[in-house]
Amino acid sequence: MKLLVPVRRESRIALGVAFFIVFVALWSFLSLSGAVPKHFLATPWQTVVSAWNLFATQGFTHDVGMTIWRVVGGFVLAAVIAVPLGIAMGVYKPIEAFFEPFVSFARYLPASAFIPLLILWVGIGEAQKLTVIFIGCFFQLTLMIAMIVSGTRRDLVEAAYTLGCKDTGVIRRVVLPGAAPDIAEALRQVLGLGWTYIIVAELIGASSGIGHMITDSQALMATDHIIAGIVVIGLVGLLSDVLFKKVNQHLFSWSLLR
Amino acid sequence: MSRLSIRDVSKTFPGHKRSAPPTQALLPIGLEVGDNDFITVLGPSGCGKSTLLRLVAGLETPTTGEIRLDGTKIVGAGADRGVVFQSYTLFPWLNVRQNICFGLREKGMKLSEQKEISDRFIAQVGLRGFEDHFPKQLSGGMQQRVAIARALANDPKILLLDEPFGALDNQTRVLMQELLLGIWEQAQKTVMFITHDIDEAIFMASRVVVFSARPGRIKAEIEVGFPHPRHYTIKTSPEFMALKARLTEEIRVEAIAAAH
Ligand SMILES: Nc1ncnc2c1ncn2[C@@H]1O[C@H](COP(=O)(O)OP(=O)(O)O)[C@@H](O)[C@H]1O
Ligand SMILES: [Mg+2]
Repeated sequence: MKLLVPVRRESRIALGVAFFIVFVALWSFLSLSGAVPKHFLATPWQTVVSAWNLFATQGFTHDVGMTIWRVVGGFVLAAVIAVPLGIAMGVYKPIEAFFEPFVSFARYLPASAFIPLLILWVGIGEAQKLTVIFIGCFFQLTLMIAMIVSGTRRDLVEAAYTLGCKDTGVIRRVVLPGAAPDIAEALRQVLGLGWTYIIVAELIGASSGIGHMITDSQALMATDHIIAGIVVIGLVGLLSDVLFKKVNQHLFSWSLLR
Repeated sequence: MSRLSIRDVSKTFPGHKRSAPPTQALLPIGLEVGDNDFITVLGPSGCGKSTLLRLVAGLETPTTGEIRLDGTKIVGAGADRGVVFQSYTLFPWLNVRQNICFGLREKGMKLSEQKEISDRFIAQVGLRGFEDHFPKQLSGGMQQRVAIARALANDPKILLLDEPFGALDNQTRVLMQELLLGIWEQAQKTVMFITHDIDEAIFMASRVVVFSARPGRIKAEIEVGFPHPRHYTIKTSPEFMALKARLTEEIRVEAIAAAH
């Protein structure tokens, strides 16, 4: 192994798959050997069968759909406000001075701790789920975008001024295109955060969603269903991440040049 | 008529921290640059050359004095002064042609006209066939050629260059000097070129302005009378050598002063 030297594509895939195999092997060993009792840890096979049943007979597709809808809805709401606000903060320092201290503080308020309050305020309906995702994503995203925009290359900004741009031209033609790949990357990372918040929101006061199914299964000690639910979240999260990455790479191919 | 007129211009930068003393980068200087002059500003590093160029570009404001271009006082940056920076400042998300058209598009010029102008400058800096390349796919020398074309495409009244070839290897640098001089001989532009390289300063200039060590002031102005078009072979002529010896002496004293 040489420092920082990339591996070939085939070896990279092989290595990645290898870890999954090791992981499943360990899981099988723990559950099949009886090292962990069956009702605490379902076997991999049993989990696959249960997952199939969940989708085929128990309307799990609807739960998954609801969860995705909530994450995407809350995330889009957060992004629609955070992106312009973050850009304004990055470019205009008085605006940053006004919002930054509060946003930095709000970022550390755990979104899940708001759930009891939100239930009081907006009930246990969809608004509560969306708000949790919104709180979880919004402050983080705003700060990340403000930081990205602050990092705009000064030399490019100066070059634009000497080429005849005014302030709006510099924002539109230098700041935005320069920051766009990093902003897209920040959106991708924060969407990942959204997936971690939604389950907590659904554990309390929900009548649908993956988190709801997990709470129900806990009452029945159905660890196979719980594990299946967790794996599905992982897969959906991974899928959205890969899609996001592909779109970013396609839109901002210039930023991948070395 | 005198194109660029710098009168009693000085620049003092405030200290970074409250306790740090301010930096006097330029003592009050006066300099007149005539129409189609090619002046080079020569001085040891840190003597305020970039500061002078940035003042003319409008990227800094003078502490005292004023700068006029064709009689109009300079306030802020503008398209009438094209700048080529030492660092590579092409927009990485735009290809060669889009970079060259950057200023034209800002003016709202028709696409067909943009294409015509960019074609001309792409040919002039020898980058035909590279129109669709992105900056990261180009060598340093090529990037600076695009930067020159981008500045010239805007048809500025004066072209300001801040050690544009400083990061290039020696062979490339010499070729770039010939390229720029060739463009100037054809196009007739007023040029202010900053450098710390004596050969470079003499080869292209109609006048060399020598700076003292920091705080910078003008120590000498030396006319360079070699006829145009100039060929690189003049660099080995006795007249060139004599001029170089003289400037070497001037600069050496200042470099020693700067090192203390
Ligand atoms: N923005 C700035 N703030 C404070 N000091 C500066 C700034 N820009 C330049 N200086 C100082 O002014 C002096 C001249 O700098 P510069 O014009 O870049 O010199 P040169 O281009 O001749 O190497 C240096 O001592 C430098 O540290
Ligand atoms: Mg400099």
